[in-house]
Amino acid sequence: MNRSRFARIAPALVVLAALVGIWELVTRLAAVPEWLLPSPTVIVVEFAESLPQLAPHTARTLLEASVGYGAALVLAFVVAALIDQSGLARRALSPLLVTSQTIPIFALAPLLAIWFGFGITPKILIVALACFFPIAVSLAGGLRNADPDMQALVRSMGGSRRQVFSKVKLPSAIPALLSGMKIAASYSVIAAVIGEWVGASQGLGLYMLRASSSFQTARVFAVIAVIAVLSVAVFLAVDVVGRWIAPWIYVRTEEAQT
Amino acid sequence: MGVGPPVLRLSGVSKTYASNGGHSLRALREVSMEVGRGEFVSLVGPSGCGKSTLLGLIAGLEAPTDGAIEIAAETDGSPGRVAYMPQRDLLLPWRSLLDNATLGAEVGGGDRAVARRRAQSLLPSFGLEGFADALPHTLSGGMRQRAALLRTVLLDREILLLDEPFGALDALTRAALQEWLLDVWERLKAAVLFVTHDVEEALWLSDRVYVMSRRPGSIQLDLAVDLPRPRTRDMRGTAGFAALKQRLLDALLADTA
Repeated sequence: MNRSRFARIAPALVVLAALVGIWELVTRLAAVPEWLLPSPTVIVVEFAESLPQLAPHTARTLLEASVGYGAALVLAFVVAALIDQSGLARRALSPLLVTSQTIPIFALAPLLAIWFGFGITPKILIVALACFFPIAVSLAGGLRNADPDMQALVRSMGGSRRQVFSKVKLPSAIPALLSGMKIAASYSVIAAVIGEWVGASQGLGLYMLRASSSFQTARVFAVIAVIAVLSVAVFLAVDVVGRWIAPWIYVRTEEAQT
Repeated sequence: MGVGPPVLRLSGVSKTYASNGGHSLRALREVSMEVGRGEFVSLVGPSGCGKSTLLGLIAGLEAPTDGAIEIAAETDGSPGRVAYMPQRDLLLPWRSLLDNATLGAEVGGGDRAVARRRAQSLLPSFGLEGFADALPHTLSGGMRQRAALLRTVLLDREILLLDEPFGALDALTRAALQEWLLDVWERLKAAVLFVTHDVEEALWLSDRVYVMSRRPGSIQLDLAVDLPRPRTRDMRGTAGFAALKQRLLDALLADTA
């Protein structure tokens, strides 16, 4: 299985290595100035040297992203459950939920800075707003699509609405919830960074702005790499948690692959 | 069989669904039937005749448009009074076999530990020994059906409603499960209302067979099956069996003509 997995990602790795190689070669042969386009090796060296400063900024951004993500998860759960349980709430909230997805959340960052200042609050809010919609929409959809026959079975046993919800609907909605949570996870880090661009005392966004305004281009690249790695890491973390809490979801697709 | 009042009595039960075009759909027309205490009764009829609708009404999932349903001499119509096994096994994929089997006790607020012990002790007679912790997708079709029946039996009701429990199984598994079901029923002393469209299956299992017409479903025939118990496989070849089968088929086919 490990072998086949490697075989699957090998072509992508080869292409990536080739691109990095060409980049290195071009910057060296053409003697491109470092402030314009640093070579990959210069970026790696810069990364290693700025690691002591990078670490606290990374920790701050990660904190904003995870608190915002947690808040979004709780709020999305409440809203999706309301929409599922009450027809009135569904008619009142569903259209708003769908249309609100068209608002560019990141454009709200300056507004939030006006209202909440330059502390951690506006960053958490921007992350929460960006993560809320994909989670709420997918969870509401998952609850709606739960097997009606399974719900009828629990009702035939004398089960209450709450029991139908907790024993059938919620577990059925977990696959949809997880895919919403994965999308939200990939938004969370970049949302925190954008929040920091507007004004912050710490964080990767701030560190990146400072580097770019002083033309430390290699450092900007190093921060971009950190942001990319973090985004992938939180995405994978949600995937791992999903496999742990809902192993039955992955059974069929894996059987189909082998 | 019919000692005392019947455990289930339907009088003049009709069900009409309103549809959006102003037309209404009559699913059932004045169905009257009885199931005695401990009796095995089958309901046969063409597909789409409203057999599953009827079970849904008895299970309390929907209310009849007209008529009365008495369960153990009460007519309150709330769900949870009968043990209902729908057509699909409906095992919850995220629960182990044992947790699926004890779902009823959990919903009814019973003692979970007691329910689990009882389920454990019944696993061997349901051919599920050693599979307590297995997730449903790892079980064969026959095992899933037996697990669903175990879940139904553990509800501890006086009447079991079984909606084509063997409909999706291959002929061999089906024949084996029919024998096994009779075995379980004889030990259980509960009444069974068994829905099927297989005439031989109905005859071989039942004390009585009701034949339903096509939609709107109504009772065409109430046939007593006077074959001795315990039933054996070779009874299917007897002249008596063939005569009963002919009467059932006549009633079913008279309706299609």
